[in-house]
Amino acid sequence: MNLFSVIKNQTSIRRADLPRLSVEEFRQAVLDKVQSGSTRVMDFFAEGRTLYAVLGDANAHAFLLTSCEINQEYPSLTADAPAFHWFERELWEQNHIRPVGHPFLKPIRFSEGVPGVTNYFTPAGDNLHEVAVGPIHAGVIEPGHFRFQCLGETVLNLEIELGYQHRGIAAMLAGGPDRKTEFLIETAAGDTSAAAMTAYSMIAEALGMAPLPTAGALRLRRVAMELERIANHVGDLGALAGDVAFLPTASFCGRIRGEYLNMTASLCGNRFGRNLIRPGDRSGAVLDAKQAQKLIDWIARIKPELDNALTLLFDAPSALDRLENTGVVSTETARLLGGVGVAGRASALVLDARNDFPFATYRKIPRIEVGSGDVMARALVRRSELEESHKLLLEDLRAVENMTENVPDAPLKSPQPDSIAIGCVEAWRGELFHAALTDGQGKFSTYRIVDPSFHNWYLLSMALRGEEISNFPICNKSFNLSYCGHDL
Amino acid sequence: MLDALRSRLFCQGFRTGKFPPAAPSLPDGFRGRPILSGGACPATCARCMETCPTGAIVMTEGKRPSLDTGKCLFCGKCAQICPEKAVSFSATEYRLGGFTREELIAVPEESYLPAIQKDEAIRKIAGRSLKIRQISAGGCAACELDFNVLNTLAWDMGRFGIQAVASPRHADAVLITGPVTHNMQLALQKCYDAMPHPCWVIACGSCAVSGGLYADAPTTARLPEGMHVDLFVPGCPPHPATLLEALLRFMGRTPEAQA
Repeated sequence: MNLFSVIKNQTSIRRADLPRLSVEEFRQAVLDKVQSGSTRVMDFFAEGRTLYAVLGDANAHAFLLTSCEINQEYPSLTADAPAFHWFERELWEQNHIRPVGHPFLKPIRFSEGVPGVTNYFTPAGDNLHEVAVGPIHAGVIEPGHFRFQCLGETVLNLEIELGYQHRGIAAMLAGGPDRKTEFLIETAAGDTSAAAMTAYSMIAEALGMAPLPTAGALRLRRVAMELERIANHVGDLGALAGDVAFLPTASFCGRIRGEYLNMTASLCGNRFGRNLIRPGDRSGAVLDAKQAQKLIDWIARIKPELDNALTLLFDAPSALDRLENTGVVSTETARLLGGVGVAGRASALVLDARNDFPFATYRKIPRIEVGSGDVMARALVRRSELEESHKLLLEDLRAVENMTENVPDAPLKSPQPDSIAIGCVEAWRGELFHAALTDGQGKFSTYRIVDPSFHNWYLLSMALRGEEISNFPICNKSFNLSYCGHDL
Repeated sequence: MLDALRSRLFCQGFRTGKFPPAAPSLPDGFRGRPILSGGACPATCARCMETCPTGAIVMTEGKRPSLDTGKCLFCGKCAQICPEKAVSFSATEYRLGGFTREELIAVPEESYLPAIQKDEAIRKIAGRSLKIRQISAGGCAACELDFNVLNTLAWDMGRFGIQAVASPRHADAVLITGPVTHNMQLALQKCYDAMPHPCWVIACGSCAVSGGLYADAPTTARLPEGMHVDLFVPGCPPHPATLLEALLRFMGRTPEAQA
């Protein structure tokens, strides 16, 4: 008997072809795969009383899908495979399905009840104290509630309560696609619009809503995603410098980030790449040889300034001393909790959706040899990815002949009914996973968005254990996770 | 130390933009204030209305379109799809902020002139110093990031006395981004209550102005009791030039007389 359906990125299968296991078989099959280390948890959710698991097999460049029917409850997977812990909390909150034996079951986004009002992990003792921060933080940043349990300056545990940004996007996407769908996807996490629209476009194409994109449209997607990655990584490195009071790099990077946002804007009129990517060949962008040359010249001007700003930071021992050995997440912790993306790679996990589940025109991104799991490692991963992104970007821009001449919106077809489709991309924070389930009428019955932050928020908690509380800002910045992408 | 000086002198240079008073440099394809043509549309055509993701376009009497920039995402789909070419977007009119919701509604053949702050009290109190507490209440991070950008050396809003502050006790205005989710309503209320009066409310971006894409979502709450918006800044997100210009006009400073 088949325990899993195996599908590639940007493809779909009929729901009827998906294995339906018993709860025991499902549990065993999923745990075997995850515990062996050969796969990672991409998604775990329910529609009605059907549980779905999607695992990623990087070696086979494929996703493993399976399902089972349950009642109100089932035996939790978290104790055996901690990477499920957040998914099971979500399941309990959203679907009222109880994973029996989950070690700490509580809401993740407070779609009911009052956000932040819940049980907290509270160690007892005379000399302990608790520090509560947020939802509103000191800076211009999204809201979340952080509780530190401290012994003197040392943080014993940090609990992160989210949900303040909950806009109900999943509920709004169900019943679509409609005229709002693409815009909801773009604003799920507004700093990840290009990657999100690429994932959605892959789903739309897999469900036959739009023809497969031409080489030119694929290239445009990669250009948009790499510009997004560069802008955000530059901003993050500048912000890290700012948090350790190394102001030259903070100031320079703040301005240089804007240059890359403006490059995106020069393609589509919007600094965050809104309307830039659309399913098939539709696009809000004009990228012809002239435009490409303009960007190539622009990058040639800015890149040396970026190198200069980063060299200042990475040559300053006083700044590096603050980054090194701060906020360490061990490889084992990162693997068990299912860490992804920049933070995962910084803890020596070998994962990158661009390699593992190839899409667009990505081929073999070199592995980054950084793995100390500290703030420094997360900074170095970004620096090294900046180099790679520039390479990819210039390669694409030099290859532009003539493409995407503002193709007006060709109406999308209705999605293939009774299907499941997957689109997974490596957004700048890490892998961004989309899955669509369609009903008999060809409407989305469920649209799943798993932001990389969904996997990584708990890693931030772990990074703070045993750390001085004053190191929280740089630890937080070194992850720079999305609140809205998590809260949806 | 010497390296930092060398960088600043020989590589990075002075990069604060000339805007204002010089015109801001806007990207190719920038979509600013909508321009609507006066001719009546064919009676059967409603393609723009059917396409608009937020219902920003409505037909007024005599089948003339009007466009609410407070709801608009500036995606440009209406302009693309209109067979009559009745809708287009200005490539240069970035001044979109308004003190009332009505100012945000573009109508055919308007002579658009953004209003300057008339309230003497606001000009006196906030004219040279505006401390802003920003609150993200369901924002997607784009408005937040582009407000933050005004703090970078490229825009340097501090030279006009505008500053983002941490404590509501220090704030003259609260700048709201996002549609105001139920889950942030209480925090927003508490923040507002903690601000010394007089204080003002700025709604930044289409979500904050009108609810935008999320206007009908069950998760979207209203502004807490007692809060009314004093400055609306359209956009998804507003371009930094749009936001800065709106803030300056709110303070009563014309773009020509900034220094």
